[in-house]
Amino acid sequence: MEMIQEIIIPMAYLLSAVLFIIGLKQLSHPKTAPRGNQMAAVGMLIAIVATLVYREVIDYTLIIAGIIIGGAIGAYVAKKVEMTAVPQMVAIFNGFGGGASVLVAAAEFYRLATGVNAIPGFTMSAIGLSIIIGGITFTGSIVAFAKLQGIMRGAPILFKGQQVINSLLLITTFALLVASVMTTGDMANYVLGIIIVALVLGYMFVIPIGGADMPVVISLLNSFSGIAAAATGFVLANYALIISGSLVGASGIILTNIMCKGMNRTVWNVLFAGFGGDDHAPGKGAQVTAKPVKSYEAEDTVVIFENARQVVIVPGYGMAVAQAQHTVHELEKILEAKGVKVKYAIHPVAGRMPGHMNVLLAEANVPYDNLYDLDQINPEFEETEVALVIGANDVVNPAARHDTASPIYGMPILNVDRAGTVFVLKRSMNPGFAGIDNELFYNDNTIMLFGDAKDTVSKLVAELK
Amino acid sequence: MSADLLIQIYVFVLAIFVGFEVITKVPPTLHTPLMSGSNAISGITIVGALIAAGFTELRIETFFGDLNITAILGFVAIVFATINVVGGFMVTDRMLKMFKRK
Repeated sequence: MEMIQEIIIPMAYLLSAVLFIIGLKQLSHPKTAPRGNQMAAVGMLIAIVATLVYREVIDYTLIIAGIIIGGAIGAYVAKKVEMTAVPQMVAIFNGFGGGASVLVAAAEFYRLATGVNAIPGFTMSAIGLSIIIGGITFTGSIVAFAKLQGIMRGAPILFKGQQVINSLLLITTFALLVASVMTTGDMANYVLGIIIVALVLGYMFVIPIGGADMPVVISLLNSFSGIAAAATGFVLANYALIISGSLVGASGIILTNIMCKGMNRTVWNVLFAGFGGDDHAPGKGAQVTAKPVKSYEAEDTVVIFENARQVVIVPGYGMAVAQAQHTVHELEKILEAKGVKVKYAIHPVAGRMPGHMNVLLAEANVPYDNLYDLDQINPEFEETEVALVIGANDVVNPAARHDTASPIYGMPILNVDRAGTVFVLKRSMNPGFAGIDNELFYNDNTIMLFGDAKDTVSKLVAELK
Repeated sequence: MSADLLIQIYVFVLAIFVGFEVITKVPPTLHTPLMSGSNAISGITIVGALIAAGFTELRIETFFGDLNITAILGFVAIVFATINVVGGFMVTDRMLKMFKRK
């Protein structure tokens, strides 16, 4: 028995940590990735089984009930969710992860508080930290979910003194944390206080962030859920939690960084600037222009497509909203049958989470070796006859290259304007999330195709057939 | 500082470096599955939840009578973490199977 408790269980945890690392490593290629994910899942199963034989786990009633309920909900959501809705699903799952950390830390606090020995300062700090990070992750993720799902408006919610209030809340949580460590009296009220303030803080922290900045927010909350798990690992002195939490924390930080670079903004700017929304209200740089644009009907474009050697499709969030990915794939197949080379150009922040477009196109059976990222495709636009922009806006605005007064100046963009002809599929002339006019639309080689993206692409398909 | 605590901090820092090394190699095309998969891994909190929910002896006086608060919190934590684990791995699997070559 001792051997199981002292050696086999810790070794099992080590094995699961190793499986997580190998699993993540296999994600470096789409071919090995499904296997990697399965290995990580096996790692998790090993960790769960090892914990079930742990000597302090005595009563299995609640455990079995909890696993059945959680497993059923998780499996149902995973099977039913639309690929366009994956960002909000990941957001809410992040939230559950954070919530679990809060609950485990609080549970451990109650267990220790009723014991004979005083809670060591370090353990108390770790409890406080897992509650703070987990609590922010929990409510922050719920707000992100609500914004993405359209339950809450995507536009930033801003009010006077917001940043002062948020700073005060942050200071209060840490003051409560210090107080709970220092006090010689009852800590329970401090812990309750930390929980409440952390939950409020998470809500306050995400409401001022616009819908289009969600890729950054989701990445950051992903990182937080990992760090919260690691903090819980310090509470329980459990290496499985410490290692796995750190891996996820690192992953989220890397993705946050990539998303920020894709927008040429710092994470502080994203979190605190209340930038743009998705309600298309004109922002600071907006000017209502009456400049002429060229607008064609789908049938007028056929010759241009047929004479092209290469067409580059640039998808954006608009493609996801219109659920146009399957129709786009049809267009691609027809063009290829006519001997036109078709490539997809994916901007890092296209969509509502990192890699969102890639998953949507994969769902529509577009092979992944047809998808090109910014650095790969940009040199090719000059030799491309047609660039087809579907529901993307700011990521193709040439102003980012040269107009120092533009709010998006310096953001890396896809240089579609260098292609022979640029077709832009758009609902109307409303500006994108940054609320700025897109000079691409007024270029001589740009032709607007107004209407719903899916309808327009369907018409193109019909005309080309 | 105890030796155990020091080792925990060592492991934490080294694991972050491993995470950076491994994850920088994930191509942008797989960033969404990376996120949902790593999300499932952060459901490792389930380990702590299981320990809390399996704990029997504790009874704390509350307004509602004597309750085993640790086990109740642990139970809710199991539900949350299991959603995260099961949902996360399953949806990642579903997505990864969609990625195909030409």
